[in-house]
Amino acid sequence: MTQKIDLDHGRFRQIIRGKIKQNLRKYISQGEMIAKKGKDTVAIPLPSVDIPHFKHGDKQQGGVGQGEGEVGDSLGQGQEQPGQGHQAGDRPGDHLLDIEVSLQELAEIMAEELELPRIQPKGTEKIVAWKDKYSGIRTTGPESLRHFRRTFKQAIRRQISMGTYDAKNPIIIPIRDDKRYRSWRSEPLPQSNAVIIYMMDVSGSMGDEQKEIVRIESFWIDTWLQSQYHGIESRFIIHDAMAKEVDRDTFFRTRESGGTMISSAYKLCAKMIEEKYPADRWNIYPFHFSDGDNWSVDDTHTCVELLKKEILPFVNLFCYGQVESPYGSGQFIKDLTEHFDEDERVVTSEIKGKDAIMDSIKEFLGKGK
Amino acid sequence: MALRRFPAYLRDIQEEIEGYARNYGLEFFPIIYEVLDYKTMNEVAAYGGFPTRYPHWRFGMDYEQLSKSYEWGLSKIYEMVINTNPAYAYLLEGNSTTDQKIVMAHVCAHVDFFKHNYFFSKTNRKMIDGMANHAARVRRHMARHGQDTVEDFIDTCLSLENLIDPMSPYIVRSRPKKPPSDDDEDPNEKVGRLRAKGYMESFINPPSYLEAQKKKKEEEQKRQKRRFPEHPARDVMQFLIEHAPIDHWQRDVLEIVRDEAYYFAPQAMTKIMNEGWAVYWHSRILTEKALTAAEVIDYADANSGVLATAPGRLNPYKLGVELFRNIEERWNKGQFGKEWDECTSMEQKLNWDRRTGLGRNKVFEVRKLYNDITFIDEFFTLEFCVEQKFYMFGFQERTGNWEIMSREFKKVKDQLLRMLTNRGQPVIVVEDGNFENRSELLLRHIHEGIDLDGAQARDTLRNVAKLWTRPVSLLTKVDGKGKLLRCEDGNISERSAEYAG
Repeated sequence: MTQKIDLDHGRFRQIIRGKIKQNLRKYISQGEMIAKKGKDTVAIPLPSVDIPHFKHGDKQQGGVGQGEGEVGDSLGQGQEQPGQGHQAGDRPGDHLLDIEVSLQELAEIMAEELELPRIQPKGTEKIVAWKDKYSGIRTTGPESLRHFRRTFKQAIRRQISMGTYDAKNPIIIPIRDDKRYRSWRSEPLPQSNAVIIYMMDVSGSMGDEQKEIVRIESFWIDTWLQSQYHGIESRFIIHDAMAKEVDRDTFFRTRESGGTMISSAYKLCAKMIEEKYPADRWNIYPFHFSDGDNWSVDDTHTCVELLKKEILPFVNLFCYGQVESPYGSGQFIKDLTEHFDEDERVVTSEIKGKDAIMDSIKEFLGKGK
Repeated sequence: MALRRFPAYLRDIQEEIEGYARNYGLEFFPIIYEVLDYKTMNEVAAYGGFPTRYPHWRFGMDYEQLSKSYEWGLSKIYEMVINTNPAYAYLLEGNSTTDQKIVMAHVCAHVDFFKHNYFFSKTNRKMIDGMANHAARVRRHMARHGQDTVEDFIDTCLSLENLIDPMSPYIVRSRPKKPPSDDDEDPNEKVGRLRAKGYMESFINPPSYLEAQKKKKEEEQKRQKRRFPEHPARDVMQFLIEHAPIDHWQRDVLEIVRDEAYYFAPQAMTKIMNEGWAVYWHSRILTEKALTAAEVIDYADANSGVLATAPGRLNPYKLGVELFRNIEERWNKGQFGKEWDECTSMEQKLNWDRRTGLGRNKVFEVRKLYNDITFIDEFFTLEFCVEQKFYMFGFQERTGNWEIMSREFKKVKDQLLRMLTNRGQPVIVVEDGNFENRSELLLRHIHEGIDLDGAQARDTLRNVAKLWTRPVSLLTKVDGKGKLLRCEDGNISERSAEYAG
């Protein structure tokens, strides 16, 4: 039954959606919401959703409390008035309201705004995951799974047939044989799986701002691909002159000095694909971010060869994002375009700054692959 | 809404509890309970207790927040009761019997308070119908003008919902004007004449002085005549309803929002007392009568949850109930009157007991005649403040922390009263409906030491301007200096201005 509140709630979500869409470019380029990412949701600070009122500013206001403590004792830090509920953000400055949005919904909003096509998964859904489903009844099992109603019915049935049921004093006592338990069956659940392999240049020329751009962009790529595939894995490779695999946190934090050999990362990527992600079962998305300064022309050649032979045949899409660094932008993007201009599987994008993130995402994901 | 049959065991409890309550002297409207699951409970709560309210997204927003905080285990609504006759109260399905007993005793006291407290005396006791009528009117407007248009307009109105004059139902702000009578003013009466003996007349009231006085008076009168409204209007919403150039349906919506704001205002004005009264009675009824031995622990657990205090938070339940108990004790022991007030010996005060036994009468009288401000003003004493360990806190710019600022009685009490004044809302009045003779609107923030929240003020000002359709200005003070915010076509400009008075 739909309750009346569901209509109002639907209205509210609709308004939220509109606001997010309006401000999407800002959110994408500022990356505010990444910090507030939960498991399946993000909290987005939305301006002026709540209705404004003339009210007192907080700082001069203060309040009265009750309990122990000396004069000068701290009650809590920062903007928040202590002890106020979860209406975070609803504080001085812009009256912001933190709104929870599921990643799924966010992906949808982004797709609408960027006009992203849905991805056609490569091949059929071959990977099979098993999922437990409570669908049956059996006569043995743990008490925690006891099916009360079935047990009760069984007991009534037995008592009636035995003639011990007294309608005037209907006490039903189940015995061992009456008890029924829920049982589960494992069911196959076809899935299409995908892996995203992030590679990033961490050589000296990649500064904090460049990494921030990569971080923001990868968040949105994750969000979008997650909405398209049931199972998704992310792998992270950093490289300067050498490549190694790291976890997500290290990926965004590491800063090395020294030269850049892009081929090292591509080698590792190719190895990863070969070992773990057979192309007939996996949708593979390598993303590489760099400032485009490669060590030598030779290495660039090695890269091109690697891509042609060991990476491109297996992947859905290979994306290269060139982030402009303080030292200017390198050659690599031109080299790639030169060699793979015809190849649909390669997408390159030059990201000049945070404002360009949104367009870059569109370039990467706009192909529907 | 799913209506469930009220279970028989709860009916028995209700009868029992109400019996005790009546014996203690509580007297309330008939109470109709409904048992709701948590989802419906959150729904009803989002609608402020009235499932029949008009459709608007903010109820959806409140609902989401309530549901989230319930699902995360942060809060749970045990009970809700609305001020109508008969009173409707909601119980949460699945609560223990002990919980339901507490809630019912609590509700009895609330309803008793609704019925007898003076500040509820002007509220519409048939508000369920009132709300349903409002909803029907809003729906009709929506059908005619489109949901978006009407909803947007409701947003605008809600933005001003605190700009009412909550005391106006109880006092007469402007008496009907006397028709100007002839003997009222004698034009020949020498204006501004100072009293003087005859022989001193020409010295004390020389003609030049009288002439100046006369001019001054005339100017004053002229100004008075031009002023509109004649006196600054506290009820900004009413002023807009009467004078803003808006459509018929818009006026209707504005009236609805104002009406509901007035309906809820007494609850904000008596929060501390109302909750204190309810806790006072549920604890007496339960501990003295209704609890079985097996329920004592559960009761104590629930009750301590209600009365818990956290740093930097004022718990109205706690403050209210302690103050009622304090009053009862003082009047039982005769700790009042001239002699008590003038006694300076702590020793003597501590052992003061005249066995007057007036406590019960006094608390009933207090619940009838007071509101939070007068309640605190009169009964929040130095002894009580110290005993209950009250402090005032504020924001320390230097450390970026909220800190305990003082435990001084006067400061604590001042702060408490300041927070309760005008329900904690800034006072905004309509100063001039024809500002600078351009039919613009001038609002004035009666500044009492606390600046407005700037961002919110600007957005709200935009909303006032939407209704007034001409530019609207707001005179306020920021950091001690007068400032005039002006909104024209949605754009806000600011300039310094003299904030007189």
